[in-house]
Amino acid sequence: MELASSPPPATPPALPSPAPLGNWLKRRTPGDWLYAFALIAGGIATFLRYGDLMDGYDRAILAIHVPILAVIGCYWRPFRVFLALVTLLALAGVGLYQDDLARAEQVFFLKYLLSSQTAISWMSALFFIATGAYWLGLATRSTFAEHTGSTLTWAAAVMGTTGLFVRWYESYLLGPEIGHIPISNLYEVFVLFSLITALLYLFYEGRYATRKLGAFVLLIISAAVLFLLWYAFTREAYQIQPLIPALQSYWMKVHVPANFIGYGAFALAAMVGIAHLLVARGILTSRLPAPVVLEDVMYKAIAIGFAFFTIATILGALWAAEAWGTYWQWDPKETWALIVWLNYAAWLHMRLTRGLRGAILAWWAVVGLFVTTFAFIGVNMFLSGLHSYGSL
Amino acid sequence: MPRNTLVDLLSSMRFAISLLTVLAIASIIGTVARQNEPLNAYLNQFGQFWFPVFDKLTLYSVYNAGWFIAILAFLVLSTTLCLIRQAAPMLREMRGFREHAREESLRLFHHQASLAPTLPVEARRAVVETYLAANGFQFKSDERENALLIAAKQGGAGRIGYFFAHGAIVLICLGGLMDGNLPLRMQMFFSGKAPTNGNQLIADIPESARLDVNNWSYRANVYIPEGRSSSFGVVGVGDGILLQPLPFSIALKRFHVDHYENGMPRRFASDVVITDSESGERFEHSIEVNKPLEYRGVTLYQASFDDGGSILHLSALGLAPGAQSVLDFSGEVGSGVQLGIGGQDYRLELTGLRPLNVENTGSSAAAGGTEDGTGGTDGTGGRTGGRSFSDFTGSGARAPDSKTLTNVGPSYSFKLRDSAGQALEFNNYMLPIQLEGRWYLFSGVRASQAEPFRYLRIPLDDASGDIWFALRRVMLDPVRHAALARRFAEHNVNAATDSTLRERIQEAAEHTLTLFASGGFDALGRFIEAAVPETERDNTGTAFIKILQGLAWESWMMAREDAGQPLFEASEEHARFVRDSLTAINDSMTYGAPVYLRLSAFEQRQASVLQAARSPGKTPVYLGALLLVIGVFTMLYVRERRLFVLLNNDEALLALSSNRKTLDIDETFARHREALAAALGAGNNPSRSGLNETPD
Ligand code: HEM
Repeated sequence: MELASSPPPATPPALPSPAPLGNWLKRRTPGDWLYAFALIAGGIATFLRYGDLMDGYDRAILAIHVPILAVIGCYWRPFRVFLALVTLLALAGVGLYQDDLARAEQVFFLKYLLSSQTAISWMSALFFIATGAYWLGLATRSTFAEHTGSTLTWAAAVMGTTGLFVRWYESYLLGPEIGHIPISNLYEVFVLFSLITALLYLFYEGRYATRKLGAFVLLIISAAVLFLLWYAFTREAYQIQPLIPALQSYWMKVHVPANFIGYGAFALAAMVGIAHLLVARGILTSRLPAPVVLEDVMYKAIAIGFAFFTIATILGALWAAEAWGTYWQWDPKETWALIVWLNYAAWLHMRLTRGLRGAILAWWAVVGLFVTTFAFIGVNMFLSGLHSYGSL
Repeated sequence: MPRNTLVDLLSSMRFAISLLTVLAIASIIGTVARQNEPLNAYLNQFGQFWFPVFDKLTLYSVYNAGWFIAILAFLVLSTTLCLIRQAAPMLREMRGFREHAREESLRLFHHQASLAPTLPVEARRAVVETYLAANGFQFKSDERENALLIAAKQGGAGRIGYFFAHGAIVLICLGGLMDGNLPLRMQMFFSGKAPTNGNQLIADIPESARLDVNNWSYRANVYIPEGRSSSFGVVGVGDGILLQPLPFSIALKRFHVDHYENGMPRRFASDVVITDSESGERFEHSIEVNKPLEYRGVTLYQASFDDGGSILHLSALGLAPGAQSVLDFSGEVGSGVQLGIGGQDYRLELTGLRPLNVENTGSSAAAGGTEDGTGGTDGTGGRTGGRSFSDFTGSGARAPDSKTLTNVGPSYSFKLRDSAGQALEFNNYMLPIQLEGRWYLFSGVRASQAEPFRYLRIPLDDASGDIWFALRRVMLDPVRHAALARRFAEHNVNAATDSTLRERIQEAAEHTLTLFASGGFDALGRFIEAAVPETERDNTGTAFIKILQGLAWESWMMAREDAGQPLFEASEEHARFVRDSLTAINDSMTYGAPVYLRLSAFEQRQASVLQAARSPGKTPVYLGALLLVIGVFTMLYVRERRLFVLLNNDEALLALSSNRKTLDIDETFARHREALAAALGAGNNPSRSGLNETPD
């Protein structure tokens, strides 16, 4: 029987999932394990240090962060470096403060690097330079410039995230009852927006192995940063303000980040959409990725944005139910969230419909950004409602 | 199903897309026009002509409007049809392996490749099946004559997501309908409930305006002053109300407002005692923002708060010339007091008390303009001074440099209605407020809600605020003009040298007084316009002002004499007080009220406004929300992949299909092809291989 002499079935080569868990675990490198271990250790350390100051909710959040970050890190290796740097810098900042706010002005590294204002200013500067680098790269077809661009974007993300963490700590130095997560006013969420958009972009940059889109995505980030600076220094918005009662809710801590993953992804999709439209008109065609690629990035971005925006809107409803006694009352902010959501639901359906692809989708994504922007700041500027605490 | 039937249209993807877009656009309308406000507010806003038009279009409550509900209904209908129509085929898809796929059709796949034959079919089958199993495929084999098809699939669960997400839409819409105002409208329609007007005693409210205790869906406001209790909620309908009895009574022991030290509110809480009207069961609880209380299927939320009838102890200082009257009395916020002043009848309506007002007294913005007591606390005070490097560094915790938020103490508001029914609205601060290093009493007045308050700034000297009233009386009282003018002349012209000059000065002074008393600076201005030639006017003007200031000074001193207080030496400090006094007197002529109301003491009583809600739709909506999230994620992230491996003696044909068109399919296919080729030890089969351009 020939069968006898048939070679033993070759063990399948390493493949990313989807695949059974055991198989998946088999493919983890020592690096993966080290990273996972560091996360668990960090989680335990935090728990031992602050556990008794936390309530059940805080503990749960701490616990689920370990697996979440672990998975992200396994699918997106550069993220580990990012996380490590942020952890180091943030801890350094906290350490240098020694529970004394005044040291922000006295200690060199706080004043010029790690205090929240400084770190966020660094973030802003780095984003601007990165934008320039990406455009230089696009103009001169210089991979070096593009490379610099993405390095700077990473750096900016690190500084911004550090800034937020340090700011979080600073808020507690103002007084235990004042301390709160720094995503509660327009200034803070603009930082958050820039960070999330940047990270999403960097993820796709790696996934699609092209740095060409940085020039476009970084534009919207720079715009956000410009607004941030204007807003911060005309309205002194950078000051940490205590939370009004309506904002003192568990929901906020999940609702806001989820929301901004949505906003960030939609913004990214829109900028890719612009690139798509240019290419369709034969502009920069030779310098930008092919339309199919652009459309794919758009889809991926809108898909993740839509998914998280769904969560965010629902969390918002649960929160509203607690704070105002109604999970939905057609308050302008709520309604505009719904409008944004419907808009992208429609987008996703269009993509599934033959004949409604290509340029239409790109246009729709670009228009979507205006809708999103209005839901984000327009509502606070022009329409009055219960969300007035974010008001300009 | 035959094409272009109605069902077909309704469940078509394009219809879905248009529906979603229409719904989005329709929703915008309601965010532009404020919803569910009192009708006369809209009348003011839109005017006689447009008001009824917009009313017809139900723009004042878009989201309850028939046409809006209709759009939602279509969404539900369409989604439902969609679900029903997709159900059968999708379930088939999920279960089936398509193991009967014909070779020809496989060759037409966008992703297909052919590998050269290496081992006998059976051997290759073993290899392929291990590979598929190891990579999370389920598969089914179909033996054909001299060929074998292994049909494998992955991520079929993605389809469940479709049912979850779209079922959720239906669930949520229906749940929302239950909690909307549809139930209320049905009760009004079927059991003939009709709203009545709000301002009457609960006892007087007719049966027709009382909803059932067991009403299964409502949202009502419960107003409870401290120390009182209530077992009724009020449901606003248009401009009228309906009464919603509760299955329990709520007694408010105390209402707390805690503040951060910068004056921002930190916590609103009501300490209540709930008493069940049937079982008589009693228990205490504290309801806070974000911490509602659920009892007997009713959820109680901290909605807002109000004055519960605080007692104000007031004294009215007459402003009429000559009037020295000081009238002391007390009143309750929310009630009215009849006042007879100078033969006139006035009705005083006490409208509010704010024990705490945090103002931004640092930036000039707040000077004079202390809008509604919340100014400054919103942390958006305009910044003075330029940027500096230090703005970009340091912690986010630095104190604002342009803002000094301070609590300027209690304020009280009231309306004064004359016999003709004309009302002026006032907002006074109980304590003096310091501005640019000097102390003033602030009293704001306005004729209508629309305007901002104009503030009368009454200066204080070292003695008290009363001194200005005395000074004012001296200056405006004709009886004292002669004496005042003489005193002025005496102090300004040396009697010995020139008596005629003094005469003239005295006349001028008396004349100035009469003018000023008759109409303030304007009167003087008009006189100058009339009597003095162009070229002279400036000088005359300054002369008049000098005289006025001199007179004010004298009246001040006279007032202090009357009050038995020591006199002052002239100084810049005092000159400033004189100027402020003159301005205040001038402004007081257009103050509009014959008295200034001073708050001497108060006993605050607050009221808490709770929202009592029964929302039967909550469960379906929350369930729907959960399904929606699960559904959306599975639909978007569980990718269906079908891998076909056709083995026969002269090749191994691979074909891959997916229900979504994304780039990574190419890569996935390439991966499987390489891996299988390796596993089978087979090279490509150039004769037949390659990507088809035909779309799948
Ligand atoms: C608010 C309403 C709706 C939402 C949020 C929604 C959401 C979604 C999402 C997220 C997808 C997946 C898109 C993708 O995988 O790229 C989808 C697919 C789909 N939707 Fe909807 N949808 C809604 C209404 C409708 C309606 C009214 C219809 C039918 C008339 C419909 C029919 C479909 C169909 C047929 C698919 C493709 C399912 C598949 O091939 O797996 N949807 N929907």
